[in-house]
Amino acid sequence: MKAFLIRRFGLLVITLFGLTLVVFAVSHVAPGDPARLAAGPDANQEQIELVRKEFGLDRPLPVQYLTYLGDLLRGDFGRSIRTRHEVGQDIRDFLPATLELVFFAMLLAVVLGITFGILAAVYRDTWGDHVLRLISIGGVAVPMFWLALMLQLLFALWLNLVPSGGRIALTMSPPTRLTGFFLVDSLLSWNWPAFRSALAHLLLPALVLSAPSLAAVTRMMRADMLDTISREFVVNARACGLPERLIVAKYVLKNALIPTLTLIGLRYGWMLGGTVLVETVFDWPGIGQYAVQSSVSSDFLPVMAVTLVIGLNFALANLLVDMLYGVLDPRVRQT
Amino acid sequence: MGEGMSSAAGTWWVRFREERQSQFREWQRSAYAVFRNPLSLVGLAIVGAFLVVAALGPGLVTYPEDAAGATHLDRKLTAPSAAHWFGTDEVGRDIFSRVILGTRLTLRISLIVVGVAILIGVPLGIMAGYAGGWPGELIMRITDVFLAVPGLILAIAIVASLGPGITNAMIALSLVWWPGYVRLVQGKAMAIRQESFIEAARCVGSSRWRIAFGEVLPNCASPIRVKASMDMGLAVLGAAGLGFIGIGAQPPAPEWGAMISAGRNYLPDRWWYATFPGAAIFLTVLGWNLLGDGLRDVLDPRSRL
Repeated sequence: MKAFLIRRFGLLVITLFGLTLVVFAVSHVAPGDPARLAAGPDANQEQIELVRKEFGLDRPLPVQYLTYLGDLLRGDFGRSIRTRHEVGQDIRDFLPATLELVFFAMLLAVVLGITFGILAAVYRDTWGDHVLRLISIGGVAVPMFWLALMLQLLFALWLNLVPSGGRIALTMSPPTRLTGFFLVDSLLSWNWPAFRSALAHLLLPALVLSAPSLAAVTRMMRADMLDTISREFVVNARACGLPERLIVAKYVLKNALIPTLTLIGLRYGWMLGGTVLVETVFDWPGIGQYAVQSSVSSDFLPVMAVTLVIGLNFALANLLVDMLYGVLDPRVRQT
Repeated sequence: MGEGMSSAAGTWWVRFREERQSQFREWQRSAYAVFRNPLSLVGLAIVGAFLVVAALGPGLVTYPEDAAGATHLDRKLTAPSAAHWFGTDEVGRDIFSRVILGTRLTLRISLIVVGVAILIGVPLGIMAGYAGGWPGELIMRITDVFLAVPGLILAIAIVASLGPGITNAMIALSLVWWPGYVRLVQGKAMAIRQESFIEAARCVGSSRWRIAFGEVLPNCASPIRVKASMDMGLAVLGAAGLGFIGIGAQPPAPEWGAMISAGRNYLPDRWWYATFPGAAIFLTVLGWNLLGDGLRDVLDPRSRL
């Protein structure tokens, strides 16, 4: 197991290195001239050359890449051409909002998805099972940004149950920054109004972001439960007279969770990608919205940085999933 | 004479049927399985309708000129009515016409994206899985790099540097789509490599190329077809997503994602503008997904969830 994890970690480093190469190549073989874009539409040739020098765009490509890589290792992502802000600082400002959204959505998808999956398998072929299956088939096909708009229309604009966007009420100052997660920070500072407002703002975006994953987890969990329930060790447990509740909770669930865990790992990365759409609809100040706003104006350093940060996050999540296998399955632990 | 010909044709048909008996039976079984499952029938019906609408396009709508830049300021933002089933947009174009005419654009985008992904991914996957060795390892490491970030993010990064637009969005989506096929085909090809019929082909002196594309590829065809059907739906979602955030298709192209993005500004009062294009996306993706599910039951039952 240890050797396996070391190998995985090595691969992770190689992959992330490769990712910097891909992202750099993508942004430098493009026909558009970033210096011209940064200098603005009215700039003359001289001003454009000045901007080119300022951002180091006049040097040979390999030199630019090595400089970029060296800066990255020091945590320096360069400066945005559009706002002239430090990209690294922007990422530090926006990342907690995205992670709070993704973690909460993941919590919804995992808890609800596993529960629904178990219920659908235990009560299979009842009307409840059929309804859940229909919802989960639809959940994978619905465009997330459209679902976001429709739910926003219904719950925020028509029914006025939740706020339509943002992280916290405009009249309220954000809780003292400790972790950057508003829910956690407001709890730590005993700021109940802020906690309630943050939670109300979080509910709808998180629900939308989790919807396709919730559907996928439900389907997977149901299938794995049914697969495990028909195994011989379950028949044996029943023959020994163990109560059904114990069989499901202790033996079936643990075995059925393993494939679902893989799916959850994959879904984490997918959710990080989905934030781009959900944050745009709900005006959520995270790195997804940051990437969108930068990409529309061809400001590629922030987009590169977001890509790398998301890649790193996803890779770490998959490493965590690999470690969790060992917890769930003793056979993995031994090899 | 005439009788002779018909009997000749008859014997040809009988011989043809005898030779391909197993194939016929396979088709029959597949058709039976698809028609027995109501959900895959629904999928087939939706995809069929989508293809017909895409093919007939302008013939089906009252205002074909509205797909381009026509403006009718006298009837802007009117609610759904008998004349305009889905209402009109901010310059008075008929939203129903634009949604219908958008099917062709959507079909073209998803065909190109999935087609390019298969053309790049499948050969690489066969090379990596069947040939193996250091080239295979290299292919898989490069694939891993592309799979290390969610496709949508990488696509945005690519469009950010190429510049917004429908062509660049298609290039970006194709560039992030192929690694999935490499993964799929590589695993399959590695399993097939051990089979005895491959060894037999090698014994009779078939070349590596011939084995790779004549023996290995046909045996990977089923999962590729299933994935392609699922991906047609996902590519629709991807293209609409790029259109929605403003870096895909540009107005006045009748692209569903871009239409939702424009309609968003008129919520909550002009709800129809953003609602109907989204419903079209949902229905299309649902159709491809259900068809893919049905195909998987028929072609590749072991890989079911």
